[in-house]
Amino acid sequence: MSLSRREFIGISGAAVAGMALAPGLRLVELARARSPEEAATRLQRWGLLVDIGKCHDCNACVTACHEENGVTSHGRPATDAQWIRKVELKDKLTGYVETLPVMCQHCAEPPCVDVCPTGASFKRIDGIVLVDKHICIGCRYCMMACPYKARSFVHEETTNQKPHAPRGKGTVESCTLCVHRVDAGRIPACVEACNKDGNKAMVFGDLKDPNSEINKQLASAPTTQLRPDLNLNTGVRYRGI
Amino acid sequence: MAHMQYGTIAPRSLGFYAVLGILGAITLAGLGAALYMEHHGHWITGMSNQVMWGVPHVFAVFLIVAASGALNVASIASVFGRQLYKPLARLSGLLAITLLAGGLAILVLDLGRPDRLIEAMTYYNFKSIFAWNIYLYIGFFGIVIVYLWMMMERRMNDYTKPVGMLAFIWRLTLTTGTGSIFGFLVARDAYNSAIIAPMFIIMSFEFGLAIFLVVLMAGMRWTGRELGDVVFGRLRNLLGVFVAAVLYFVTVYHLTNLYITQRHGIEGFILLNGGIYTKMFWLGQVIVGGVIPLIILFSRLGKSRALAALAAILVVLGGIAQIYVIIIGGQAYPMPLYPGKDIVSSSFFDGMVAVYSPSLPEVVLGIGGIGLALVMAAFAMRVLPFLPQSLSDADADPHHGTRQATT
Amino acid sequence: MNKIRRIVFGGMAVVAAGLLAVSAVLAAETSGAKPALGPTVKTYKGDKCVEDTDYMRRNHMKVILHQRDETMHRGIRTQKHSLKNCVDCHADPKTNSVLGKDGFCESCHVYTSVSIDCFTCHSAAPEKNGQPPKAADPAGLKEKMRTSAVMGTINGNQP
Repeated sequence: MSLSRREFIGISGAAVAGMALAPGLRLVELARARSPEEAATRLQRWGLLVDIGKCHDCNACVTACHEENGVTSHGRPATDAQWIRKVELKDKLTGYVETLPVMCQHCAEPPCVDVCPTGASFKRIDGIVLVDKHICIGCRYCMMACPYKARSFVHEETTNQKPHAPRGKGTVESCTLCVHRVDAGRIPACVEACNKDGNKAMVFGDLKDPNSEINKQLASAPTTQLRPDLNLNTGVRYRGI
Repeated sequence: MAHMQYGTIAPRSLGFYAVLGILGAITLAGLGAALYMEHHGHWITGMSNQVMWGVPHVFAVFLIVAASGALNVASIASVFGRQLYKPLARLSGLLAITLLAGGLAILVLDLGRPDRLIEAMTYYNFKSIFAWNIYLYIGFFGIVIVYLWMMMERRMNDYTKPVGMLAFIWRLTLTTGTGSIFGFLVARDAYNSAIIAPMFIIMSFEFGLAIFLVVLMAGMRWTGRELGDVVFGRLRNLLGVFVAAVLYFVTVYHLTNLYITQRHGIEGFILLNGGIYTKMFWLGQVIVGGVIPLIILFSRLGKSRALAALAAILVVLGGIAQIYVIIIGGQAYPMPLYPGKDIVSSSFFDGMVAVYSPSLPEVVLGIGGIGLALVMAAFAMRVLPFLPQSLSDADADPHHGTRQATT
Repeated sequence: MNKIRRIVFGGMAVVAAGLLAVSAVLAAETSGAKPALGPTVKTYKGDKCVEDTDYMRRNHMKVILHQRDETMHRGIRTQKHSLKNCVDCHADPKTNSVLGKDGFCESCHVYTSVSIDCFTCHSAAPEKNGQPPKAADPAGLKEKMRTSAVMGTINGNQP
């Protein structure tokens, strides 16, 4: 049976349209939660937007993060781990005071990943920067290299770890963007707490999804990175610094 | 020049056993400190989330840098063909190995998870200069051992030069790698500079030769061997040149930073108002480690063996101070996360100069590494012929008899 | 030469005899007699494990290692081979832990003298609404498991 020219063009047109649609279909699928068998993909990049104008003297994000991840204080501020902290700034010239939460910026070009000798510090394909504590040897070079002082070293024996957030003595850790929550389709604990108990200053979402709330907000007003001159293309952006 | 004879340390020497005992005790103490730190966790040390590399790293980096420089003497002999340094080459190679072993031992024992060393040797991230350094250090051991074999086995003497050349290039790469550990870091104002790698190379020449000179003088004297004025004078003058060179590099480093307004903060911190770091810089690094040794080595004072040895020891102390300023001073100075702003408060010490005071376990671990390096060297000198039987002018000077009395 | 050969062969014969004797004694000891030491391998939830017992005995370490890389680096969080799932089923409800004298993981690992590193970082307690273990790290056992092969004493058998 032979195809007429019309039929052939029709079929190829449908095929091309199908190929063009297929990635879009995949994207729609990912807008829902990833199922446990699915690996993270490069079709998503997770990011955080903090609106400093709305951020005031509240510590909900810090409390929530440390509660969620079992980060306990030992009463030794110099050596206690901190995954997120509130920093209060005063402009040298104008005297304007502002406060902001600072955590791992989940850079697209993370210096901590570059310097780790074993590759324990790594960037997952969807942009979350993590420490694989199974291969971390505790050399602290990533802590030297991080331009945001985001990493902490676990200086003492840890107990009562949360099952979803293992952490142990002698390894380095930092904000995981609540990867255990993100993989289950939820949002990080800090964002959730800010929305619930705080000033709704934080937005979490997929930077590669044009329809996500975070992208809409990023497009609507100027935002900046911390230490933008380093050109690290951070996943965490701030509005109002 | 008659063929140079080498010998070991005489058997059943009480002095040798005493030295071995003292150095061994120091090494064991270092090991004990490491176990104590590993068992309790690093919170018992002075290191923190602000200053994460402390005194152990200062000593470790010092020893690693000195190890590479200690091989310099052998390189001058093999690569540059200077006859006078040939009898010194074996001891030079030995010190290179043992100093590196001591430095690496400190580094490994300070790791948060030293039990994971096998992981460090099997999982590699080749973008990390640390990973390259692991290969460079292990390769260095292998190459210098082969180098020593070439020198000590008569039949292999012909191959000394090519292996020596390989060792020379390898150790320049190694020291560049060590300096680049800091030079490659974009985050901190004190690092992030291409000059750090070559500065480390010239520092290695200085530290390595200082330690070599002291060990050579002690080794020859305590085994009743003669060290003539010619050899001594050459080494002394060379050390003086290296001290001057290091001062030059330090000057260029700081001058450049002073031109960069962005770096005025760190410069003010190191040069003026950094408290202990400023003292360490001026008093330790510049005066004790630079100016005083220069005066001793290049004046008539240098004729005295004792004063020259003192100068070498001062160089070592100044070198440790220099590395202290680089490593710890560089971390203590706050990172410029928020330009144009003052930090009113932060629970994670943003914007504050970090407080660091060395704790006893750290210092004991560091000194234990030095002990390990020296005890290995002493033991090796006892069992294998590293020390030349005589370095008197008649035996060691290739131009003896043809030159007028100098020095 | 003859004398030396006699001495050497004589010595070898003595050693062989000694080894035979020791193994005979050991065989007699274990055959029929109750073993003095042994792991307590109990399951507390469900009727069977995710894999066969024999398979798990030989391969649980490979399974755990593979799953950890999948989860860590690729974000795959399937339940079947996840360590959390193991702990959820195998944790003793009384101690709320897989560690401890009769703990599922520890009793066997101490018996076989294979130190494991998992529970320096991972929680040994099941995820009952994220509750921490009731008896948090009895007697510093986590550290002991990691740093030593203390056989027997932890299981309560006095040396």
